Amino acid sequence: MSDREPQSALAAAIDQNKRNERVTRAWLLAPALAIILAISILPLGITVVYSFLTPGTYGGVTWEFSTDSYVQFLFQRDIFDDTLVFNSAYVSIFLRSIGLALGATLGALILGFPTAYFIATKPREQRNIWLFLITLPFWTNLLIRTYAMLLIIRDEGIINIMLMKAGIISSPLTILYTDTAVFIGLIYSFLPFMVLPIYASLEKLDFSLVEAGYDLYANRLKVLFHVIVPLAKPGIVAGCILVFIPGLGAYITPELLGGGKKLMIGNMIAMQFGASRNWPFGSAAALILMALVIVVLLVNALAARRGASNNG
Amino acid sequence: MAEPMTAMPASPQPRQRRRLVRDLKAMPGFTATAWLCIVTLYLPILVLIAFSFNENRSVVLWTGFSLDWYAKALENDGIRNAAWVSVKVALFATVISTIAATMAALATTRTKPFIGQGLVYGIINQPLMIPEIVTAIATLSLFALVKKLTGLNGIGYLMLAHAAFCIPFAYMPIRARLETMTLTLEQAAADLYAPPLKVFTLVTLPLLGPGIVAGAMLAFVVSLDDVIITLMIAGPGETTLPIYILGAIRRGITPEINAVSTILVAVSVLLVMLLFIVQRRMQR
Amino acid sequence: MTGTEIARDRKAAVSARALSKTFGQGDYAITALDSVELDILENEFFTLLGPSGCGKTTLLRLIAGFELPTQGSISLQGQDITDKPPHRRPINTVFQNYALFPHMTVAENIGFGLRMLGKPTAEIKQTTERMLALVQLEAMAGRRTDQLSGGQQQRVALARALAPAPKVLLLDEPLAALDLKLRKNMQLELKSLQAETGITFVFVTHDQEEALTMSDRIAVMKSGKILQIGTPRDIYDRPTHRFVADFIGDINILEGTVEHTDGDLATVRLKDGSMVSAHLGPASARSGDVSVAIRPENVRLASAGETPTLTGVLENIVYFGAATNLHLRLGTGEEIVIRNPGAVDEGRYQPGATIGAILQPELIRVLE
Ligand SMILES: Nc1ncnc2c1ncn2[C@@H]1O[C@H](COP(=O)(O)OP(=O)(O)O)[C@@H](O)[C@H]1O
Ligand SMILES: [Mg+2]
Repeated sequence: MSDREPQSALAAAIDQNKRNERVTRAWLLAPALAIILAISILPLGITVVYSFLTPGTYGGVTWEFSTDSYVQFLFQRDIFDDTLVFNSAYVSIFLRSIGLALGATLGALILGFPTAYFIATKPREQRNIWLFLITLPFWTNLLIRTYAMLLIIRDEGIINIMLMKAGIISSPLTILYTDTAVFIGLIYSFLPFMVLPIYASLEKLDFSLVEAGYDLYANRLKVLFHVIVPLAKPGIVAGCILVFIPGLGAYITPELLGGGKKLMIGNMIAMQFGASRNWPFGSAAALILMALVIVVLLVNALAARRGASNNG
Repeated sequence: MAEPMTAMPASPQPRQRRRLVRDLKAMPGFTATAWLCIVTLYLPILVLIAFSFNENRSVVLWTGFSLDWYAKALENDGIRNAAWVSVKVALFATVISTIAATMAALATTRTKPFIGQGLVYGIINQPLMIPEIVTAIATLSLFALVKKLTGLNGIGYLMLAHAAFCIPFAYMPIRARLETMTLTLEQAAADLYAPPLKVFTLVTLPLLGPGIVAGAMLAFVVSLDDVIITLMIAGPGETTLPIYILGAIRRGITPEINAVSTILVAVSVLLVMLLFIVQRRMQR
Repeated sequence: MTGTEIARDRKAAVSARALSKTFGQGDYAITALDSVELDILENEFFTLLGPSGCGKTTLLRLIAGFELPTQGSISLQGQDITDKPPHRRPINTVFQNYALFPHMTVAENIGFGLRMLGKPTAEIKQTTERMLALVQLEAMAGRRTDQLSGGQQQRVALARALAPAPKVLLLDEPLAALDLKLRKNMQLELKSLQAETGITFVFVTHDQEEALTMSDRIAVMKSGKILQIGTPRDIYDRPTHRFVADFIGDINILEGTVEHTDGDLATVRLKDGSMVSAHLGPASARSGDVSVAIRPENVRLASAGETPTLTGVLENIVYFGAATNLHLRLGTGEEIVIRNPGAVDEGRYQPGATIGAILQPELIRVLE
């Protein structure tokens, strides 16, 4: 075997090359991973620990194991005899949040789908302008946008003024600080998240399928629901998730438009780290919120897998 | 019957005004909905901007044009300090996150696929997947612990937190750019005896430039606009502009808030427009 | 009109009158169809043939109702359908890219039209099964369409369009994406399907051979106009236009002058002075300078002792199995090709030799 020598030299060179590449890659990834692991992921571990501790008197925690934070969700400890009494306050905040987020998702879908379709059927140059218009608000400050919404739906806001001038109503509609305001605010905040993924899937739609639908005796509505909507499903699902998740964890919208009276989970969590100071309970609430989000993502991933395996 | 001389045309005369285009793509009400969305998205902001130029103190009645509220806002020490904090934090976060994201993007596109690539993507995008309020209180808990253990204080914490959540935003356009860039140019350079580092500085980096600029601009805008994480972890004297605005809104609505808000919106919009132009260039 | 006289007793399935379609406006206007007159008869296999961009698809889309004409009208079995939307026309289309619904199974695709028509489930099921059997895809009923081969997708598209039993089936280059062997098979299958179902087929192709083998009648199109309508034999043996003659098969074209006419026969003096008698088309010039055409297979080598119609110098011999082409250069500079069945005696037919050719008089045409 005379050629054994050069072969192994080549193999060694390739090995060396691979090792070099691995080292280079590790160095390149190090800063990003280190920052995110240390500042975003490690804290989640701390949150888990904190949720099993006892609240400190002035915020923070005392290092004493306790499951009270989780018990507190459902029950209230009677001060005198230490028995547990069912308490619906926190559960109802969660349910309210889920309800509002679902409602906003549906609202955004009803507005967002036609918009995405409209854009996808425009000539290419016009599409870019429309997409820019839809994306731009996403890059402007959410706090300021919410504040702007507050300005126009107030009792003295221009919506009420215009409605009154038009003689449609005689006294201002009270929208601000109601569930309706939060609902409107959530749609307004996250509408672009609905439009963009739906647009992305409609843009790929082969419009000869639409023609085939008409050719096979479907009218406009039937073409919409039997051809277009099913084909846009991946975009619709993505859009719904992208609206539901930030909607569920919303903080600014209920804070400003709900006036701090109509709480959602996000505000409740923040409060535990502020005025009411129960860090372990806040940590537990945050983890439950995260668990909800993970459940939604998992269900979606599983459904997507099932869809893929049905195809394959 | 009266004019038998002119031969009857074989077909009926084309009707005078008929529709010439059949738009099978159009759906009833969709156009109106699209316009409704645009109005909903823009009307509030436009009203806010309009009233920032109102001469009156009222945010209800228009009385006349003036720049008074901008003057007032710029004279306000609280606003000036907050603006300075915002810029400092955003610049720091932009530099750190863009460098880290560029390196990570090179690692995930310019080396062979590797085991754990999915995990790396997951970690980098993690800040996008978890509700911001959760990240906010978790980071607060960590920082509280570190502060207690080391006794160190300062704005560094806020800067680091911003850098962390800016990384995925900076990463997206840089990775996208790297993925559309072909390897041929780099290979050509290597073929012409350029050593790897020269290939990188002379070929990869200049081509990647627009991607990096886009990533940095996104990171800057995202940092500048952050409310929840900053609200949770900013210490005294570390009030950023959005936090200042939030506090001001809670105290009561004034045209001054509109003026500051308009400035902040204008900065974001300008940056995003620049970004669009850069990306247009990139596509060419 | 041309070609309609063949079957005047049969009714027209689709008629187009003065049908025009212009895309765009002003300087950018493109006239895709220009005053088309057309009668497609019941139960016929009708082919639109022409080069790419001549307006075949546009004509089909107007019949299907996907586009509105700029001028003129379309009727189906005598009823004006010009303004009817596609879902109210009992006409179905087999799309060039098949346009199968990717989110439905093969069976769901085939049943779609009937479902939209609101037919009872049992009937849909029954018809779907019948259609699956017709295109021999029973085993594929539950598959997704992207799991099928090109030929199978083609059949699904066909079955889907046939399932609602349309009055007219439109097929836009349905075989273009298939490889040669499959295409040949599908040509035969399509033809027999048409005969079996008795549905009027309007078939679009740019492949002249395909058109000749499959069609009952062919309309040859050029730049938005129909040049000639007729049976494959009409089109092949009696082309009325130089374009038609050229587009379908090989043809020899010679210049000449009409000396006199007698009925539909003309005596033409060719440029080299020889006289031939040629058939006049309905719109051919009856005097002056004309072009006459003859297929290479209708020109033969003059045998010893025969008086040739034309003589020329042999330039090229191209042998291709079933026949040999001999390229002759005439004294006038014109070229003429003789297609000789089988091989020729290579000793006698050498390049440079002077050779006589005989044109079969009954197969010479005066072009329009
Ligand atoms: N939607 C359209 N807009 C503009 N021009 C078109 C459109 N459809 C077809 N055309 C033009 O009309 C002419 C005929 O096209 P088509 O009917 O598709 O030809 P064919 O099917 O014979 O290849 C072409 O010049 C084509 O560019
Ligand atoms: Mg075509």
